[in-house]
Amino acid sequence: MEMTVTKSELINLLAEKYGHLAFKDVELAVKGMIEHMTHALSSGERIEIRGFGSFSLHYRPPRMGRNPKTGDSVELASKFVPHFKPGKELRDRVNQARS
Amino acid sequence: MALTKADMVERLFENHGINKRDAKELVDQFFEEIKAALAQGNSVKLSGFGNFDLRDKNQRPGRNPKTGEEIPITARRVVTFKPGQKLKVSVEAYSRQNAENVRLESEAPSAKKSRGS
Repeated sequence: MEMTVTKSELINLLAEKYGHLAFKDVELAVKGMIEHMTHALSSGERIEIRGFGSFSLHYRPPRMGRNPKTGDSVELASKFVPHFKPGKELRDRVNQARS
Repeated sequence: MALTKADMVERLFENHGINKRDAKELVDQFFEEIKAALAQGNSVKLSGFGNFDLRDKNQRPGRNPKTGEEIPITARRVVTFKPGQKLKVSVEAYSRQNAENVRLESEAPSAKKSRGS
């Protein structure tokens, strides 16, 4: 049975672990880290976290799409989409835990 | 130039006044908690940024690209990332300025290994 860990649960875990830090500071730090990462990717910068993985942008060429309601063809512009490549440690830990 | 943990530590120190040692612990442990959750079979949702999910893959036939020898790719569990709405929208703003330039610079592969042709 798969469960989900959310941002607020991560903040709780970190705040518990670092009891000498104010909860608010841990909360702002986690939100700050996520914003930093969002901002980097949105400026076209890669993110490289050893053991965790890397985030980069992948180019998608323009293509013809269809409006599902009307069936009309529409030209969809080229774009970039975020891509995550898990690092070796993460890949290995996730795969070893499989059962 | 890529964003690294060191940059994130520096930012926590400068913008949040967290001392360097605590900042380093927080950044390291942030990623460690995500890895641990995934290793325990949980998915991780960072609202606005994206979701890390797990997929179980069956064994499938593979090939050693050098020798052409057939070797099965064993069943495995992998992590997938699905970007959240806020991240997609932010990246699209960058796309509007740059994707067209990439296309014009030839159909040359950007971040990608040449796909087809």
